[in-house]
Amino acid sequence: MHDAFDMLVSASFWAATLRISAPLLFGTLGELICERAGVLNLGIEGIMTVGALSGWLTVYYGANLWTGVLVAATAGALFGLLHAFLTVSLSLSQHVTGIGVSLLGTSLSYFSFRLLITATASPTIVPFSPLRVPVLADIPVIGPVIFVQSPLVYLAFTLVGVTAYIIYRTPLGLAWSMVGENPAAADSQGIDVNAVRIVAVMAGSAIMAIGGAFLTLSAFNAFFVNLVNGRGWICIALVIVSSWKPGKALLAALFFGALEAMQVRLQQASGGLPYQLFLMLPYILSIAALVVVSRRVAGPQALMIPFRKGER
Amino acid sequence: MSLTACESSECSVLQMSGITKRFGSLVANDNVSFSLDAGEVVALLGENGAGKTTLMNILFGHYVADEGTIEVSGKRLTPGTPQAALAAGIGMVHQHFTLGENLSVVDNVVIGTEPLIRPWRSRGAKERIAEISTRFGLAVNPDAMIRDLSVGERQRVEIVKALYRDVRILVMDEPTAVLTPQETDTLFATLKHLVKEGVAIVFISHKLREVMEVADKVIVMRQGQLVAERRVCETTRDELAELMVGRPVLFPTRKAMSPGKPALRLDGIVVRQRADGPNLLNGVNLVLRQHEILGIAGIAGNGQASLAAVACGVVKPADGFIHIAGSVTESDPSEFVRRGVARIPEDRHATGLIPEMSVWENVVAERYRSAEFAFAGMQRIGAAKRYAKTIIDEFDVRGAVPTTAAKMLSGGNMQKLIIGRTLSQNPAIIIATQPTRGLDIGAVAYVHARLLEARERGAGILLITEDLDELFALSDRIAVMFRGSLGTSMAAGDVGMKELGLRMAGHAAKSGAPSAA
Amino acid sequence: MRLERREETSLLLGLAAPVGAIGASLVICSLLMLVAGAPVVKSFGLMVQGALGSENALSETLTRATPLIFTGLSVAVAFRARIWNIGAEGQLYAGALATVAFGSDGGTIATMVPVWALAPITFSGAFLAGALLLLGPVILKVKFGVDEVVTTLLSNFIVLLFVSMLLDGPFRDPMSMGWPQTPPVADAATLRHLFGGASRLHSGFVIAIVAALCFWQFNARSVWGYEMRAVGFSKDGARFAGMPVRSIILRVALLSGGLAALAGYSEVAGVKNYLTLDMSPGFGYSGIVVAMLAQLHPLGVVASAIFVAATFVGADAMSRSVGIPNYIADVIVAISLLTMLIAIMLARYRVRYA
Repeated sequence: MHDAFDMLVSASFWAATLRISAPLLFGTLGELICERAGVLNLGIEGIMTVGALSGWLTVYYGANLWTGVLVAATAGALFGLLHAFLTVSLSLSQHVTGIGVSLLGTSLSYFSFRLLITATASPTIVPFSPLRVPVLADIPVIGPVIFVQSPLVYLAFTLVGVTAYIIYRTPLGLAWSMVGENPAAADSQGIDVNAVRIVAVMAGSAIMAIGGAFLTLSAFNAFFVNLVNGRGWICIALVIVSSWKPGKALLAALFFGALEAMQVRLQQASGGLPYQLFLMLPYILSIAALVVVSRRVAGPQALMIPFRKGER
Repeated sequence: MSLTACESSECSVLQMSGITKRFGSLVANDNVSFSLDAGEVVALLGENGAGKTTLMNILFGHYVADEGTIEVSGKRLTPGTPQAALAAGIGMVHQHFTLGENLSVVDNVVIGTEPLIRPWRSRGAKERIAEISTRFGLAVNPDAMIRDLSVGERQRVEIVKALYRDVRILVMDEPTAVLTPQETDTLFATLKHLVKEGVAIVFISHKLREVMEVADKVIVMRQGQLVAERRVCETTRDELAELMVGRPVLFPTRKAMSPGKPALRLDGIVVRQRADGPNLLNGVNLVLRQHEILGIAGIAGNGQASLAAVACGVVKPADGFIHIAGSVTESDPSEFVRRGVARIPEDRHATGLIPEMSVWENVVAERYRSAEFAFAGMQRIGAAKRYAKTIIDEFDVRGAVPTTAAKMLSGGNMQKLIIGRTLSQNPAIIIATQPTRGLDIGAVAYVHARLLEARERGAGILLITEDLDELFALSDRIAVMFRGSLGTSMAAGDVGMKELGLRMAGHAAKSGAPSAA
Repeated sequence: MRLERREETSLLLGLAAPVGAIGASLVICSLLMLVAGAPVVKSFGLMVQGALGSENALSETLTRATPLIFTGLSVAVAFRARIWNIGAEGQLYAGALATVAFGSDGGTIATMVPVWALAPITFSGAFLAGALLLLGPVILKVKFGVDEVVTTLLSNFIVLLFVSMLLDGPFRDPMSMGWPQTPPVADAATLRHLFGGASRLHSGFVIAIVAALCFWQFNARSVWGYEMRAVGFSKDGARFAGMPVRSIILRVALLSGGLAALAGYSEVAGVKNYLTLDMSPGFGYSGIVVAMLAQLHPLGVVASAIFVAATFVGADAMSRSVGIPNYIADVIVAISLLTMLIAIMLARYRVRYA
């Protein structure tokens, strides 16, 4: 009990939580953006891998870290464009296309990595160092936790706010929500449904890719096969848990990050239980969360239903 | 008779010329031309499948015509985009409402009117909606969520949507299909108000009575072609009916019969909703007798779908009993089929048939485990195909052989297939829900004839329909559903249209007996 | 650009679709090879030779195709019923685990049952393991409406960790010098090699072909096959007609999970004889591509499994000589999936420019 309390008030625990939550937050936010427009993007795992590799390669070849992030976002947006073209313009199955895009993303990333990096040990780069926000970081207790973080963490938080503002306060947000609710209604009011969906998927994919880049440019400093390790799929569950709302996505990501941060300590405390059981926790909890939430939640009504103009 | 309206484009607010539209080998619109003046109400009349909705969808930009042009107040209209139509002052209230369920009335009205680049929402939208509301007598609550609104309220929102954009040409597609007689009167009053403000209205309908009541001019379409234009004051219902159909259609007449023993009885049926909320069915009692058609009237959403589901054995009631031929029956579709219940569901595409499967696979769907069609776990495909052939021949299903995919059939032929599958078993009970929705007049007459034939042979028929003409044509007795309760049944001859409308809206009958529990 | 439904899809178009898709994929990948600085024609030649150019190569390709036929059938069965089973990888490992649990040399079961019974028991145990594994997510979907894509996917990671845990502990082979692998499977439960010499082709391949043929007939002619087809096309229509939809969906889940598990069984009992963590280079996920390329047809699954296997075996051989990473095979397969989706669409719709 003491240990638990100590852990919960330790700054390093919460700092670790934020660090682990960040890629989940980027991924969940990115997927939320796609699904609100009515498009399920199962390519997330592959897109995060693409983001991780492209960002890291850019920095490895000498560019600065923010350029790496930009390249990652662009690569993500391109994969998003591919997914959107297939599912929105051609109305192909969103499930199967997503899996195809994901497989393409991972296979292209591993192929490129092995092609360009022939050394047996993964080379490293210098990642983002934590950025200290003046004044705010001096606040006792929460200061060192929240305001001394990698700049990408601040980016994640900002994106939550921006996304929420757009959804609830702007005409674009309204069009975006309607396109996911009833595309025929949006179309009859003069909104170009396909254009909105394509932009949403590209933007969401760009953000997912930044989440991948976070892994290679901030959390760790190298790329290796199986780096993303299922985080993308967990984000799909988290989107449902968050009821497609950016604020709740933040809470869900933080909650999961906290659980994973606890995992090492839990394992030490358990005295000898196999470490694999603890590694299983995030996946099991995601499934449990889905069961709890699925019954009550109503998602965008037109999710996964393609919109074909002129078919009435 | 030709029109006396002025021909010059100065006073025509809308001019559609030579519109032709093909879908594969089907010609939906064939060289259609007409014009519309400001303040004029034009009815686009024709049976289902005549091409009326296609024509208006072209006007509104949902489809692009293969040939022809559209001019609004003399200016060419860019085809294929609703944005252009909206900008030209055209508004459309679609037959199937285009509203976002989980968004508010304000959101639904305002969407598309603000530039997407702008990072803030418009102010004053609610006030503007309130002003339109009072001016035209369309009561709506701007903050309400669409999912909480009734059908009549949703239609009002659709009209407010158009008025919010200063519509000059308002197109309404079958607007009275889902309204009570009283609500229809209110709608027509609103239309007259709009006309006074100079709005031109196109009113799509297949109901002659309403067309005569509200329109100035009637345009009759048949099989994609414009066959006639008449001023309402210069024509009659009979003339319009004949123009609409193009040939004499014999509608079967209902012979008087005395009802026999009860075939189906529902006792105290209660069906609850998933979430909290009022029961879908609240202690419904009904008795269906042999040789009798019991018509159930009611506005959509008052429990008819649940009643149909219970009567078809698909939904198990939370309370109450179902008696078939005197004995209590468990709710199971195959059990009901075995006990002689024939079911014609509301939606031929989603429930009645499995469109992707072939005709023979659909025809055995209710009895595929019987010894006739299965042996030792394997299907008797030959027997099934032969059975399908007899149904195709006997029930005049056109365009089909046993291996044709059901989705390739036209709506009318799909319905004939469903009816064939079900009537060929000589059922004692028939549950028919919206049996002629979306069918052309020939198919409607056919369905009515077969139902009346079954009634003569001794079947008891539960007819659930929103089409009041059909209700009166077929029913021996009529009962009204309102908010999950079924009123006592009355002989069809004893009920007038007005009284029916009042009961459908929930008002007690003149006699003082309560019509809704 | 508009899509207009074709009145009829001829059989020719249906067969041309996978060919066109694979062709397009190979063209795109040759661009990739150019970028990587490899000689395109020579590389493809090496691939074809490595996969089909000799008896050994062919035998290797067919050996590699065996688990793909099983996972391809598994996915085809599930997708036909609109159950998105992405968990074939985990079900494969579950089957492999059960194979070792039931069939290991000197294990409890092996000592208890007569020698002739060990093989069928191991086979059934593996099938059951996979069937029960998929049952979980499908029950969650049927009862609670939880989307099975995520649950089956996440269960893959859980199963792999579980296998890793067992390999570190109770299932570790004490004779393996610290390398995490299980003890070997008893002779009585192994799948015989079909040919002598260096050929690894085993009777699992025959079982796979038989499974495909059985499913083909089962689907087309049996009552259960009819029910599965109906539910896959329209749950509401099937329910209205009186079919027991829930029970049909559960049957599909059991069949699909079991088939994927047989892939694990055949790999353990036929190829290596013991279980390691890296036993499957993504057979479960490749099964999705195999099924889609076959347009969910059981006989097509055999053909496309052989194609995908040939791609991987050929790429291995090529990458050793030319220095292109063998991940090129994964890229070819992933692109084939996407081009196949487009090809199926083109076979069903005509593209019109408005």
